Parts: sequence; structure tokens; C-alpha cells
Amino acid sequence: MAHRMNVLVCSGASCISNNSLKVKEALLAEIERLDLKREIKVIETGCMGPCQLGPVLLVYPDETLYKKVQVADVREIVEQHFLKGRPVERLMYKSPLTDELVHKSRDVDYFKKQYKIVLANCGSIDPESLDEYIAVGGYEALGKALTEMNPDSVLDEIKISGLRGRGGGGFPTHLKWMFTKNEKSKEKYVICNADEGDPGAFMDRSVIEGDPHTLIEGMAIAGYVVGASKGYIYVRAEYPLAIERLEKAIAQAKETGFLGENIFQTDFSFDLEVRVGAGAFVCGEETALIHSIEGKRGTPRPRPPYPSASGVWGKPTVLNNVETYANVRHIILNGGAWMAKIGTETSKGTKVFALSGTIKNTGLAEVPMGTTIRELIYDIGGGAPEGHEIKAVQLGGPSGGCVTPEYFDTPIDYESLTALGAMMGSGGVIAMDETACMVNTAKFFLDFTCFESCGKCVPCRVGLKQMYGILDKITKGEGEEEDIEALETLGKTIKATALCGLGQTAPNPVLSTIKFFRHEYEEHIFEKKCRALVCKDLISYEINKDACKACTLCAQKCPVDAIKGERGVVHEIQQEKCISCGNCYDVCPFGAVMRLSGEN
Amino acid sequence: MKRKEILRKYEARPDNLLYILHDIQDASPYNYVTEEDMEEIADFLDLPYSKVYGTATFYSMISQKPRGKHVIRLCDSPPCHLMGSESILDLLRDELGIDVGQTTPDMLFTLEITSCLGVCGVAPAMMIDEEVYGNLNPKKLRKIIKDYREGII
Repeated sequence: MAHRMNVLVCSGASCISNNSLKVKEALLAEIERLDLKREIKVIETGCMGPCQLGPVLLVYPDETLYKKVQVADVREIVEQHFLKGRPVERLMYKSPLTDELVHKSRDVDYFKKQYKIVLANCGSIDPESLDEYIAVGGYEALGKALTEMNPDSVLDEIKISGLRGRGGGGFPTHLKWMFTKNEKSKEKYVICNADEGDPGAFMDRSVIEGDPHTLIEGMAIAGYVVGASKGYIYVRAEYPLAIERLEKAIAQAKETGFLGENIFQTDFSFDLEVRVGAGAFVCGEETALIHSIEGKRGTPRPRPPYPSASGVWGKPTVLNNVETYANVRHIILNGGAWMAKIGTETSKGTKVFALSGTIKNTGLAEVPMGTTIRELIYDIGGGAPEGHEIKAVQLGGPSGGCVTPEYFDTPIDYESLTALGAMMGSGGVIAMDETACMVNTAKFFLDFTCFESCGKCVPCRVGLKQMYGILDKITKGEGEEEDIEALETLGKTIKATALCGLGQTAPNPVLSTIKFFRHEYEEHIFEKKCRALVCKDLISYEINKDACKACTLCAQKCPVDAIKGERGVVHEIQQEKCISCGNCYDVCPFGAVMRLSGEN
Repeated sequence: MKRKEILRKYEARPDNLLYILHDIQDASPYNYVTEEDMEEIADFLDLPYSKVYGTATFYSMISQKPRGKHVIRLCDSPPCHLMGSESILDLLRDELGIDVGQTTPDMLFTLEITSCLGVCGVAPAMMIDEEVYGNLNPKKLRKIIKDYREGII
């Protein structure tokens, strides 16, 4: 029986971390209490995208979007909206530009410029229901491929579509598939890289959590093309919810015959297994990932041979990431030419970006290739919070680089970003405003890659450590004139000589910040100044005598008794004792403590 | 013996090693794998002990020393860092009285740093066991720790 109303509760990891499941329980209880069970259906969905608004509810048919819903709000929503038809305005989305209520979710700025292919089902269907997936055309593409097409014609469509790997490198998908297809072997494998380790990227998690069958269908089609009957999905252990939903989906697909023997009564058989990582960033590199699937240490090996010739168990293997596979069913259903119409000359289709950092609207956004960086971070992301200005965005995580505002009108595609010294990467976009120190940010990225380096090759193991040491010195005010050049030389050498993608890209954040923010490096080195007031050793604290009310609060909080003064006597910081911990700055209720850098 | 039961669930294939390590660690009240565990796994999979040890020590989520009942993993990736994970870490240190990598004397909590949890939209974030907590601030953090201490969560 159809329901009068459907209430979609976002149950992506972000909304769950903000209590969305308790909100759902409360909704169910309230609906039960008012005996509305036959009229109103509550559906748990995957990520809807706008994480900063979470927990998010979407009510159909009204298309009302409720934001930041807490358990205490539920009774009002059910009584006022569901029962009396009066949407609760205080919980509805308001346009930040006009301050007006937005009545329909489709009119929310965040969604307007998006074009959802990969995320089409995320947030609109119950990821744990195979029926709902089938109702939106699920497994039709697999059926079409198996019964109306042959592996060559499927491969042709992928080629026409122009699909390229969404995990970072942008390698043409049809070539990868063709190489594996052409290998002569009885045993071949299909692997999905769901080891989404890039800090600031979370689209793969959202696709698996929100629409796991799309991934399964894409992989099965890949298996059909290359002639594989077995696949692995390698998911990082940090994503327990994704693992749970994926395992459920695989079990459902097996039960219904979309996986297993003789799928759609054809000769094609395909089986999938989930493999779980255990916390190692380097396993996102394809050869390391293959070692990890085999139960070994996740260290990379030199290529060639490429996995297409020698992958898991030494057998030909096709390896793509989640977002790439999620495009496949749409290409089969709509034709390659359809996707080729979307995007730029060299990059077709859409890309999902994960917006984070100092930006108003954090979350996931899927846009056509060729959208400009400005549209992405201002029209969708809403720009920096009030009173701040974005000074750079880091694209492509620790492997990528930063881009400054003068390049924000660049249309996003694989080539244009590489030309800027950044990269598409997996699509992480970290916005930084003037409170971010670029030297410190570069050091932070390098700290990450140093820690995650597997240690197998010298350039990465030793070289990154050296670069980190120099950066550390600079942020401590001990930088020397030749340091910038040394960083550049080391960076370029490591890029040219490291064994795998981790080492080859790890110097990028340093090199690109030197390129765009050389002045910040020079200020640190020559003026001992950190303009963002982040580098502790370059900051001093002083008390503004006119603003100080002599309340002694700062003196009480000072761990080294560096603050002189008593009640009624204006305080003073003894610089020789001060350790720049910042406690006084944090506790002063009158804003009398000043942070200074490079002024002596 | 739990270890035997866990091993019995698996085929003796070397690619099951990581799964077995996860399972044995999860079954341990102190969230770690012992030398005896690794020896028995090596026997079971017919692998040299060094291979099992090598894999177990490579991955940061598998521990060779006892940990608390709850493992707190604070995300320290750039988006969380930009949104203040450092002050959350200070607070956690204060609240628990331990540093990163240490366990509280009552064996209730171990504090660890993790790379990205993939919930950057609600940074700063942390994961306790398998639960993710986002948009952390001092008040929220104290309440979460209190609830764990009192066994409410």
C-alpha cells in the first residue's frame, strides 16, 4: 500500500555521528503513538550530501528539507507537519543570500548546480533494500549487458563514454579493461579499491553506504567484459558502516541471483568478496592493495608488470575505484555517447567532490567536469564563513597541491588541475582561509605521508623525513636561506625516484605551497613571522594595557607564572618566561591579550 | 578456547590472515593479539611465524600490546586539523590523563590518532570502537566520555 508521506532520514556516517539514528527512532515512536504507521513511511537513506546541515530529513511529496533535526524536534515535526500539514519553518533551510525559507529541497543552493549520476540514488533510496534499487532501474544494466550485448560491445560503450579512473590518475577505464580482457588466462579478477585514505575525501564511503548495489553491478559488468568470475572489494577498516551495508548487499545479490552462477540464465558467473584493511594509507596504491588482499604486508612493488597482466595471485586483474564502477551502469543504460556529451574535451561525465575545511557548506557535491573551482567552492560550497576569505584550496589531498583564488575560474578536468600543480586525486577539496599557515599546512601533509610511508624505498622513507625536518625547522623560526631550494631539490628528486604513487606525489603539497606562497616561507625564514599566527614558536603574546581589566584570570591560567600583576594592577607578560601556550589569549574575557608575530 | 573457535570459521588460506587477526583482536578483552595468537595462526595457515608477525605489525589497527576496552581514534587529518582537532586532543589528554598510544590505568580507554575517518563534513571527528562522533566540541566530548565511563554507551 502506498504511503501518504515518505520521510527520508539521512543515515550516512556524518549524519549518524550527529544522532540521525536516534532521530529516526524518535520518528518511528511518534508515528506509532499517533497511529500514522499506515500513512507515513520512514526510510533510512545514504548520504544526501550537505553534511553541515545534518542530521537531515527529507519529506516527500512536499520535498521539505529539514536540517539539524534533533530528537527534541521530532514531536513538533510529526504533529505540525505530518498531521496538520504545516511544515516546521524553524527547521527548514534558509537561503544564506536572501534569508528566505526554501520550501523545496530542489531549490536549495547546494543542490542547484549539481548533476547527480554517481550519487543519483544516494540519499533517495534505502541502501539496505534491493527492491528499492530495482525500482530505480537497478541491475537493468547488468541484464542488458549479459543478454543484449557482448563483452566487446560493452567495452565499446565504455570507450565512447570517455570514462577515466576517478581514483586519482585518470587512466582511461576502457584501456584498463581491454588490457585485462586481452590477457590469456582462465583465472582473472576484478578489484574495487575502496581504501579511500585521502584525507578530505569521502565520496566512496558515501556511495557504498548509500547505494552499494550500484558498485556491485558495475563490478559484475567489468567481470563480464574482462572474463573474470571473481572480484574483491577492498574496504578500509575505518568504514564499519560501509562494510556492513556492502556485505548485506552482496548477500542480497547472491540470494536473488544477480551474483553467483549463471547470472540472468547466461554462462556468466561472478562472485564478490569483501576484504577489510587495517589502517594503512599506502594500501590505496594498487600493488600494495593487491598484497594486502593476499594477506601480506601492504607494500607496493615496481610496475610493470601492471595488475592487468599480473595482479592478485599473479593473475590478470582489473582494478578501479568505487566512483569509476558507479558510473558503469549509467553508461550501459544510457549509452556511452550520452556521457561523452557531459564534461570537457578530455574529461567526460561528472566528478564527486568532498568539500571540507573552512567553507560554509561542507559535504559531497557532484558536478559535471568543466565546472569551475569557483562555482564549486562559492556557488555550492558557499565560500568561507562570515568575515573570512578563502586563500587557497587543497585539491587531491596529500598527493595534490593547493590552488589560489586567481586560478579559481579554471574549469575542472584532469589536465587543467595537473597543469596548476594540483591534481584531481580522489576529489577532496579542503578550503583554507587566512587563519591557515601554508608552511604549517605543508608540514602537516608531509607528517602524514612520512608516517604512512611503508619504508620500502629510500627516496620516500628517508627523503620525506629530510623534507619534514627542514619544514619543522622553518616553522620553529630556525629556517635558513638555502632551505627553500633544498626543499625544491629534494621534492623533485623524490617525485622522480620513489617506488609508488605515495612517494611520487608526497612532495606536491610542499612544492605547490612554495610555488604559490613563497612569501610565507620567506617571512618564516627571514622575518621569523607567521602571518596566520599558527606557528607557536613564532608567536609572542602581549597584553594591551588599555584593554586589560586586571582580573588576574590570565595569570591564574599561566602554567609558567609568566604574567605579572594583581587585581587592580594591569598585567604584563614576561617574555623571557613565556612559552607561547596561548592560555592567556584563550581565557581573557576582554580580548586584551594580543598575538603577535614577526614584530620585534 | 576462543582462538580455536575463530580459526575454525576460516579456510586455511593465507589471504584470510588479516580477517583472522581482526577477529582475534576483537575477541580479546584487551583489543590486541598476543604472541601465542600469532603462533597459532601461523600453524593454522601453514605460514612462517615471521610472515604473520610481519603482517600484524604492518597495519596500525592491529595491536601487539594490550589496549583498553574502548579504543578512541581521534581523526588528525587536515580537515579535522583545520577545524580544531588539536585542542580536542589536548582535552582528551586532560580528560583521560594519558597521552597518545597509552591506556588508562583502569583499562577502559586507549587513545590513538587515526588518519581520515571520512566524515570531514562534520570535522573534528573521532571514532570510539566502531561509533563515529562528529562536530566535536569540549562539551560534547566530555559528555561522550562520561557516558562511556558510566557504561551508558
